[in-house]
Amino acid sequence: MGALAPLIIGLCILPFFARAYVVEVAILFFIYIMLASSYRLIVTVHDWQLYHIVLYGVGAYASGLLAKNFGIPIWVTIPIGGAIASLVGIAIVRPLLRTKGWGFYIATFGLAELIRTIWLRFRIPFGGSTGIINIPYGPVVAGIDFSEHIPYYFFVMGVMFASIYVLYRIDRSRIGDSFKAIYADPLLAETVGIRVPRYRLLACAIGGFIAGIAGGLLVHRLGAVDPRLFDIIAMIYLLVWVVVGGYRTFWGPIIGVCVMQAAFEFSRPLMQIRPLFFGLTLALVLVFMPGGIESLIPKAVARWRRLRGVPTAATG
Amino acid sequence: MAILEVKELSKYFGGLAALSDLDLTIDEGEIRGIIGPNGAGKTTLFNVISGVYRPTKGSVIYQGSNISSLSPDQIAEKGLVRTFQRTALFHDFTVLKNVTIARHLHAKEGVFGAIFGTAQQMERENEAKALELVEFMGLGGLKDELAMNLPHGHQRALGVAIALATEPKLLMLDEPVTGMNPTEKQHMLQLIKKVRDQGITILLVEHDMRTVMGLCTYISVLDFGKKLTEGLPKEIQANKAVIEAYLGGEEIAA
Repeated sequence: MGALAPLIIGLCILPFFARAYVVEVAILFFIYIMLASSYRLIVTVHDWQLYHIVLYGVGAYASGLLAKNFGIPIWVTIPIGGAIASLVGIAIVRPLLRTKGWGFYIATFGLAELIRTIWLRFRIPFGGSTGIINIPYGPVVAGIDFSEHIPYYFFVMGVMFASIYVLYRIDRSRIGDSFKAIYADPLLAETVGIRVPRYRLLACAIGGFIAGIAGGLLVHRLGAVDPRLFDIIAMIYLLVWVVVGGYRTFWGPIIGVCVMQAAFEFSRPLMQIRPLFFGLTLALVLVFMPGGIESLIPKAVARWRRLRGVPTAATG
Repeated sequence: MAILEVKELSKYFGGLAALSDLDLTIDEGEIRGIIGPNGAGKTTLFNVISGVYRPTKGSVIYQGSNISSLSPDQIAEKGLVRTFQRTALFHDFTVLKNVTIARHLHAKEGVFGAIFGTAQQMERENEAKALELVEFMGLGGLKDELAMNLPHGHQRALGVAIALATEPKLLMLDEPVTGMNPTEKQHMLQLIKKVRDQGITILLVEHDMRTVMGLCTYISVLDFGKKLTEGLPKEIQANKAVIEAYLGGEEIAA
């Protein structure tokens, strides 16, 4: 945990020395980290649901519409967006609590498509295929203008750290142990009294809430909502982050976002082959590194220790 | 006092009758052996009783109430816990952690407790209880070893420790000594007797006849999903129909 302090300090200094573009990209990084971490929670307790990106969208639409049509400040619309996304996630998963595998993937994808179709079909209030514009930015509070990129950067960073902290505390708790037990052997978990369906709903509620907040944070930076932000391609990116980073531990998705999005940014000159690049990375990781990048870390640490002659647990 | 009753229990998988009109009554404090050749339906019986399968016909009555439609976690909450024929463990966790997790029914948890860390005292108690169990099963020296790294015999012992952590009233053991050497088998036998002495009723599926005869107070024999016969160990050993059902005439060695 000592490594975190310099990182946080670095992140706090960054916006004052970097170009505005880098700050905007960092804001997106924070939002994606929230998305990937919340997705991981649901994946480990249940299965690879394909509607998570839509909860991101539900949070975005809800937060945006409440702010635009009712003038509600973003500090309120964002949590409400999260709550609505959480409820939608629960509604989708409730009939599927004991389902896994193909039936689950198809059902979750289908229900996600249903929601996307609602956004596209109903110009009022969702704006149809062109989405919504003129969504309010953050207000001015105590002299700080949250429609400016630097204050908003700190706002999003704060929310991100709070979300990660909550996920971390849950991971370390008995609830987290029960989650991991369900991941390891759901039948054994049930046999010792863990109510698997209840835990799946809980993971869904928490994960959905965080995804919804991420959507709210996005929409008040962009000032607009575009349904294409929440389509199957975006869902695939989310999948790639979590698979490439690894999902066995809590840190994997964070690594995945950082690595893949960094690659994404640096590959701008090669715009055309970007989807190819993502697809190839996913395929290669699944074949050669199924545990994701995070699975390399214990190996790297062990190798580094051996090289330095530090006795490891194995060599004693 | 009957702790478990199985009435006219049938389980069909499509056209296959895994269990057919089965009647069993298990009294409190028994060590009941369920034996029979492979495919007789013993594990299916366990699966139906523990809620993994729903009966096609008939019912499972535990402590007077019908549990036929309950899920495994609800049944575990009532004190009926089983172990698995396959080695079922939380692989990535240490031995001690496996048993601590299995203390779930006796642990408090809530989301706010998780975030603000308020359940520490109960967690410490549960870890202490888990350690007791680990030592009881003879795994004390391995408590920090990863479950998946244990040799087979120890993994099965851990499986029993996990089941015991729930504080069951009726414990169903599915082939607990399979793959163990004679010393380990003897050790497990003693442990199971100690468990029964603590007031836990035991239902035991086993192929190892020495273990069965040495441990069980009463034995029910299944064949083709039906109850062939039941009786005291001595009676079963001498029963011709049982001997034939197993290996077509080969004697069941004592």
